[in-house]
Amino acid sequence: MARVIVDVMPKPEILDPQGKAVTGALARLGFDGLTVRQGKRFEIEVDGELTDERLEQIRHAAETLLANTVIEEFDVRVDA
Amino acid sequence: MIRVGVVTFPGSLDDEDAARAVRLAGLEAVPLWHASDSLAGVDAVILPGGFSYGDYLRCGAIARFSPVMDSVIDAANAGMPVLGICNGFQVLCESHLLPGAMIRNAGRTFVCKDQSLRVEATDTAWTNAFAPGAEISIVLKNGEGNYQAAPDTLRMLEDTGRIVFRYLGNPNGSANDIAGISNERGNVVGLMPHPEHNVDPLVASSLDGLPFFASLAAVLARA
Repeated sequence: MARVIVDVMPKPEILDPQGKAVTGALARLGFDGLTVRQGKRFEIEVDGELTDERLEQIRHAAETLLANTVIEEFDVRVDA
Repeated sequence: MIRVGVVTFPGSLDDEDAARAVRLAGLEAVPLWHASDSLAGVDAVILPGGFSYGDYLRCGAIARFSPVMDSVIDAANAGMPVLGICNGFQVLCESHLLPGAMIRNAGRTFVCKDQSLRVEATDTAWTNAFAPGAEISIVLKNGEGNYQAAPDTLRMLEDTGRIVFRYLGNPNGSANDIAGISNERGNVVGLMPHPEHNVDPLVASSLDGLPFFASLAAVLARA
């Protein structure tokens, strides 16, 4: 069974308050010089063969539901 | 009598308060259910506050694809007045009935307070009873009320007078101090503050929520 990964990240120009909170916590713990942006990872199990058409369908799903392209960008890739 | 539908999604919190506000304003409140595509012949729809579908994925993202929203989107595009409050505003943005999106508050905290606002647009179905530029106080309570949109979208909203409410003292980092916006036609309005909590002198510090419903009554009387 094929697995497709969709990564969703806040757009670079959009403030990421969660990432900022994690960045601050890391600094307090002594992990210096680390700047975090926080996103989401979706692991999608695909029934049957993973055709180009199927992958295109997943891209469409990502754009429709998994990411809000007003504030987020996404990347779709096949898990090797 | 004017019939105002109030949608209940799984996780809606303020549907009962919204229905009560509708009744206090002298209109009939009609409960609508997320899983049905029926709008029960209502004259207007309110999408209430809360945490529809647990805010899973993104606020409003899953509610947007519920059966009732197919009907709400069609009705809104045909001119029916629709008001989205807080989570309802998020649902309207996810539905693309309104542009932009909400992210977590810039201060990273849940904000719960009486919030001063300026009414910037009085040509909408929900704000025509306000005086232009009126300064009002409405309850604000959310964790993700930070309105963001692309620069050209913000410019379009400014240029076309579609910013309906602006915060006086920005509580959450919203772009251009935006607290609420409308669609081009002015029948669809979304805002983060909760007018349904400002209708009863027993529990509210202002009654500035009532003109929302007076506006609706006026616009439907004209129709």
